[in-house]
Amino acid sequence: MEKYLILNTLDYPILSLTMIIPVLGALVCMFMKNETALKVWGLIVTLITLAVSIPLYTAFDATTPLYQFVENRPWFPAINLNYVVGVDGISVLLVLLTTFVMPLCILCSWRYIKTRMREFIFVTLLMETAMIGVFVSLNTVLFYIFWEGMLVPMYLIIAVWGGPRKDYASIKFFLYTFTGSIFLLVAIIALYITTGTFFIPELMDHTYPFMFQLWIFLAFALSFAIKMPMYPFHTWLPAAHVEAPTAGSVILASILLKMGGYGFLRFCLPIAPAATMACVPWMIGLSIVSIIFGGYLALGQSDMKKLIAYSSVGHMGFVTLGIFLLNPEGIKGAILQMINHGVTTGALFVCVGLIYERTHSREISDNSALGMMMPLFVTFFGIFSLSSFGFPGTNSFVSEILVLVGAFREMPVVGFLAIIGAILAAAYMLRLLQKVVWNTSDGHAHHGDDHGHGDGHGGGHHVLADLNLREIGTLAFLTFFVFWIGFYPKPLLGMMDVSVNHLIQQVNAGMACAPTAALDHFAMIKGIGAKIAGM
Amino acid sequence: MDTITTCKLLIAPLIPLITSLLIMATGKKPNLRETCIIAGALTTFATVISLFPHVMHGGTYDYNLVTIIPGISVKFHLDGLGLIFSGVASTLWIFAAFYCIGYMRGLDEHAQTRFYVCYAVSVGAGIGAAFAGSLFTLYLFYEIISIMTYPLVMHHQDAEGYAGGRKYIIYLMFTSKAFLLPAMAITYVMCGTLDFATTGVLNGIFPATANPLLVTITYLCFFFGFAKAGVMPFHNWLPDAMVAPTPVSALLHAVVVVKVGVFSVCRIMLSLYGVKLLQDTGLGLFTAYFVSFTILCASVIALTKTNLKARLAYSTVSQLSYIILGVAMLTPNSITGGLIHIANHAFSKITLFFAAGAIFVATGKKDISELGGLGYRMPFTMIAFGLASLSMIGIPPVAGFVTKWYLALGAMDIHNTILLTVLIASSLLNAGYFVPVFLTAFFGDPPPGDTATGSLEKQPLILFMVVPLFITALISVMLGVFPDFLINITKLMGGA
Repeated sequence: MEKYLILNTLDYPILSLTMIIPVLGALVCMFMKNETALKVWGLIVTLITLAVSIPLYTAFDATTPLYQFVENRPWFPAINLNYVVGVDGISVLLVLLTTFVMPLCILCSWRYIKTRMREFIFVTLLMETAMIGVFVSLNTVLFYIFWEGMLVPMYLIIAVWGGPRKDYASIKFFLYTFTGSIFLLVAIIALYITTGTFFIPELMDHTYPFMFQLWIFLAFALSFAIKMPMYPFHTWLPAAHVEAPTAGSVILASILLKMGGYGFLRFCLPIAPAATMACVPWMIGLSIVSIIFGGYLALGQSDMKKLIAYSSVGHMGFVTLGIFLLNPEGIKGAILQMINHGVTTGALFVCVGLIYERTHSREISDNSALGMMMPLFVTFFGIFSLSSFGFPGTNSFVSEILVLVGAFREMPVVGFLAIIGAILAAAYMLRLLQKVVWNTSDGHAHHGDDHGHGDGHGGGHHVLADLNLREIGTLAFLTFFVFWIGFYPKPLLGMMDVSVNHLIQQVNAGMACAPTAALDHFAMIKGIGAKIAGM
Repeated sequence: MDTITTCKLLIAPLIPLITSLLIMATGKKPNLRETCIIAGALTTFATVISLFPHVMHGGTYDYNLVTIIPGISVKFHLDGLGLIFSGVASTLWIFAAFYCIGYMRGLDEHAQTRFYVCYAVSVGAGIGAAFAGSLFTLYLFYEIISIMTYPLVMHHQDAEGYAGGRKYIIYLMFTSKAFLLPAMAITYVMCGTLDFATTGVLNGIFPATANPLLVTITYLCFFFGFAKAGVMPFHNWLPDAMVAPTPVSALLHAVVVVKVGVFSVCRIMLSLYGVKLLQDTGLGLFTAYFVSFTILCASVIALTKTNLKARLAYSTVSQLSYIILGVAMLTPNSITGGLIHIANHAFSKITLFFAAGAIFVATGKKDISELGGLGYRMPFTMIAFGLASLSMIGIPPVAGFVTKWYLALGAMDIHNTILLTVLIASSLLNAGYFVPVFLTAFFGDPPPGDTATGSLEKQPLILFMVVPLFITALISVMLGVFPDFLINITKLMGGA
């Protein structure tokens, strides 16, 4: 077992600590009554978790594909079950994303959540533990426990603090995700019966017969595709996003969706490499459909949250596309795209939440012409919108160009199809931005002084207050990451470099046992691409 | 000469950005704000000029800011081509800054602070594009210009402004996403880098083994992707963008924005593909024929326009293609002709737009037919307009003549009578749409009911406009009489 692991180089169990702090915080908050104190407590706990997780970044050894900061304790020896957690270059960034986003979730709920504050903080903190747990588990049982553990808190966040159609949305979310996890469980048990271990690195090293791999792949892929969400399993997402409170949307968009992508990288590719190869054309096809269909639907939305939700479908399409290109650029682009989507789309949901607190509407038409009244807000909103459609110099551009380079290297046709998604992204984000900043519907001129204090608002609402210090802080924090990753993604890419290459080696090594017929059409498509590219 | 690494290449584009912050900070005090603008313009000019001597002697400047992923970096590199463009943009910003004061105050425009902020950032991004040492850097500044000029086009915030702005951003964003993005990705796949070649214009960065079909596809993607160059069929945003206030049309839509497009196309041809590859694949000649169509067609459309700014807009579309035509003919003479036209067209066309704006502020007239007799009420404006028109037509001793002389030499070098014919025909067309304006102003009858007389150029605010436009007209003449300075710069880029 030890050959896959580097035991913790720090002198304290850092991963367990990041998981346990939110739980302890949640327990303490059960005994608190004052709402402000609860909010402050939630913020403190999430900030402490963030602080504790920082060594994951600073002490991470980017030169090895092995698992790091590992804790390995016997748990249930009878069935060879250990409590084992650790991170590698693929998961470490997602853990950091989680600890980084959670304080922002508390901050953006400051005024939004008006009832049952204690329960809200409680559930949110439990959510954090479960999410970190999913990314650090090196054991399928542990993984499954955390995976299921997220379901109830998230259901509650939507069902208790959600909008008018919260019942419909929360149940739809629950059923979709739960259906997926049943298949996940089946696959986990099947793997245990075949190999006698729950330890993920060992599962990766096993060679399975092709048909077995195919079934395992399909079971995992269904579960992860629902979570991503990938077309045609995406319909729960817009409903959940629209009804969820701001914090719920941010958690959903920034972290929960990433678990699908993470699952593909951690389970599907290394455990079932031959099946992955055989399914590549299908997965890439679905990714392209997600990219184009998501973008196309986003173009037609009048509800801001729905628009951003559909844009997520498109962005996640880029993630799966990158993953199944199976080359270093594609996979690195996909992981970076997950981080970027977490930052940018999370920020956009925070922005929408801020407007909603002021105008009590998410309709674009009710929130137009804010440019004159809320210049600061509009500046931030503009930055995140540009980032969302991959403006050069922002974070999404880097991941988008990486995935595109990966695509053009393997199959140029796919690259050109993905470009359609990029065009649509620019179209719907600019449409949204134009309507929010300017008012294009009435066409009358706003003749005010230079900083026009709300003399011409077509939306018919009163003078709106610009951002306060807490809101500026939240958004400025996210803006920093937009530009940092946009101009200097080297540290992040460096962290995942070795692990990604190792993953690709695993896939290539595992291909050997695939029946040639299954690989034929993959090779054919790839061959055509190579011929066109002349490489 | 050697290459010097200097952060001046970063400072020059940053000064306009800092200026824009100062404009925001001083927005409530118009006099102070406009002092900042002029100070910013002068400092930018001084910084750019300080880079001239070294490059004129054959050296280059280099500055690598940050590497994003291996082969894709934000880096600056200054050579002859960048020198012409940055020099023109920074010089004209000074004149435009004075002109803006007269125009914006004369019309009592709204949201002036926003206007000046976007204006300054756009100019800064233009200079950044001129200094770009990699395709990514060029793309970055190209896109910043798109976004920052968008509020300027919609400045009036009326239905027409929104429609123009919408069209503007759709054309520019669509082409850049649909063509530039795949072109960059494919180039990166083929070459492993997006840095421009710095070893002269003969060889680009494409390896000799590159698939010719893919090379052609990427070239076409680049060619159409830089839609700011106004090459048909993606030229249509330009006439509609004329709803913007005239200083925007003047500096941005005659100089910075469109020149960035043309500059990018030239940069792609000279520093990414190289003369040799374009000759071998025949893409150079293809480009020459393709833009010839734009030259003639846009001139014919200009004949039909009666609105002065619309006529100037189509004239711009036509003139921009001269620059590309010159480079695309791929001979030393023609490259010289093309590159000096970046400067020649800039000085002449900004004069024409300045004049159109001055006329609008002084009299409210937009249509050519209304200009009768105006030559006697605004003599300096109309004389400047006349001189700039001569330059556009290509009559000595004004700047445009030098351009056409070298372009004609280039066409003869490659023994191509078709392109020579295009040059002659388009000169006639230019005369066809510029001479009537001048004739109407001096020899036409004033419109019925308009009996006012006396000079309109004596009010202080009008003077803020007339003085800059007269100086730019004089510079146009100077460039025609003493073309040596520009021609020496083009020699650095393979010119004659």
